[in-house]
Amino acid sequence: MKTEASHTILAAKQLSIGYKTKKAEMVIASNINFELQKGQLIGLVGANGIGKSTLLRTLIQVQPELSGSISLNGKDLKTTSTLELAKQLSIVLTEPLISKNLSVFELVALGRHPYTNWIGNLTEVDIAIINKSLDLIKIVDLKDKKCYELSDGQLQKVMIARALAQDTDVIILDEPTSHLDMYHKAYILKLLQRLTKDTGKTILFSSHEIDLAIQLCDTMIVMQKEKVVCNQPCQLISEGIFETLFPKDLIVFDEKTGSFRVTK
Amino acid sequence: MSAQKTYRFQFIGLTIGLLVCFMVNISLGSIHIPLKNIIASLLGTNEVTSNWNVIIMDYRLPKAITAIMVGSGLGISGLLMQTLFRNPLAGPFVLGISSGASLGVALVILGSGLFGSLFATALMTKWSIVIAASLGSFLVLLAVLAVSNKVRDTMAILIIGLMFGSITAAVVSVLSYFSSAEQLQQYIFWGFGSVSNLSWYELLIFFGIYAVGLALSITSIKGLNSLLLGDNYAKSLGLNLKQSRLIIILATSLIAGTVTAFAGPIAFIGLAIPHVTRQIFKTTNHKILLPAVFLCGAIVMLICDTVAQVPNSDYTLPINAITALVGAPVVIWLLVRQRKMMF
Repeated sequence: MKTEASHTILAAKQLSIGYKTKKAEMVIASNINFELQKGQLIGLVGANGIGKSTLLRTLIQVQPELSGSISLNGKDLKTTSTLELAKQLSIVLTEPLISKNLSVFELVALGRHPYTNWIGNLTEVDIAIINKSLDLIKIVDLKDKKCYELSDGQLQKVMIARALAQDTDVIILDEPTSHLDMYHKAYILKLLQRLTKDTGKTILFSSHEIDLAIQLCDTMIVMQKEKVVCNQPCQLISEGIFETLFPKDLIVFDEKTGSFRVTK
Repeated sequence: MSAQKTYRFQFIGLTIGLLVCFMVNISLGSIHIPLKNIIASLLGTNEVTSNWNVIIMDYRLPKAITAIMVGSGLGISGLLMQTLFRNPLAGPFVLGISSGASLGVALVILGSGLFGSLFATALMTKWSIVIAASLGSFLVLLAVLAVSNKVRDTMAILIIGLMFGSITAAVVSVLSYFSSAEQLQQYIFWGFGSVSNLSWYELLIFFGIYAVGLALSITSIKGLNSLLLGDNYAKSLGLNLKQSRLIIILATSLIAGTVTAFAGPIAFIGLAIPHVTRQIFKTTNHKILLPAVFLCGAIVMLICDTVAQVPNSDYTLPINAITALVGAPVVIWLLVRQRKMMF
């Protein structure tokens, strides 16, 4: 990349998200503005039901935005074709795989689909990229295993490797740490952080691990009922954003340690 | 490239199996013909006018070719349906495609009584049955697809497919109430299924439509593979979901529709063959599965037909009964051994 200085990869302007039915619009969140820079790890946090998944689903164009715009590499998503988008944005979702009978290599190889020919033949370049992705995630030894033989943590890594093999500027992950134990939660998020440093990709993930996200993310998007804020974690702490995230009757945010504590 | 298995061993084995079954199927029949003369007929070195030559070239060879197309076609449409609907129970039969074809045929054969005798003569040709069956299966598939876009629950889609079957059965009983015994018999015989009695000309038409469906399935291989991850992932990989779905449905209805039209509603092959193939090849990669299902389907159908014609006798059993007798235990055996459907 020529421009060493930070440049915006993914941006939302006056974005309003929700569901549209024939009769009415159900707005879940509105007035969302953020600019995500190249090579950053961004955590998206907020209480259950606040619209994190809806925001991610809108960003990956599974559902349309109600108003406002999303731009990827300076181009409005509305004018980006599915195939163009596939070369710029890859995803890791919470939904279970339809078929777990694929081998790890085959699954990661599916990430090359936007680049392969009509029948999906892998070139040497494709195979090199697949192997590099497996190597980056350190799962080369799983290569020939079937997906049904893997643990949740391993499967999550494989899905991340698949997204890497898609060779996109942005990777979006929906709750990559759910179903994982504490160690693997930290492992996956740490892995994402390393990937942003090693590959210069922009990685956006939603999570309930606010403590971990505060420690690892370059930027955080905090969704609240009234507003959606996007800033560096330390800024967000000093602005007192996290205190207002949840009702105060059970847990309180400790500014000094940057974590939540159960009230005695 | 150790991770990209070639499955050469299985493919060679199945191809040999297909050739053997093909030869066995041609050699056996109500009249015994020595293998030497069969090969001579196939190679065209036999006297053209000899009885044996006529039996082989005009009866047994078209029948074997039909069996290959029927078996492979139903297997492939089952595979396409199972991946598209993400359901190991899907198949042309369960999703009501066969019911649609039956309804079309019932309307033509039995309905001619209702529409009056003027229509009857024009409608009763073999071609009208073929067209009715294809149209019927295509319309039912479109309906299933329309519903599946609204209802995300795949179980619901299967139940809807079964309901289409019930509606068909109901319409058929109403129609049969008004039909003559002759018409009823014709419909029942169509329902038994048969791969014989196709002329070379009919075979050519069959092959033409089948080939279009097959070509469409081959172009869908990449899309089918990305559909294994689910709709959202497939879309994120650049797949045009609507277009791919339509092509897969079109391929299925062309293949399953013509097969049903020419050979009758043949049960279980479409459901069982993809599972048998997945057991042999241990993969869900459609680039491997599609040709593998072709081979397995063709082999099983040839065997079923060989059994159905009861070698060295004048009896011919309904092939539909044989496929169910072979298919159902296979599915049960797979389930018991595997304890779950590999998918």
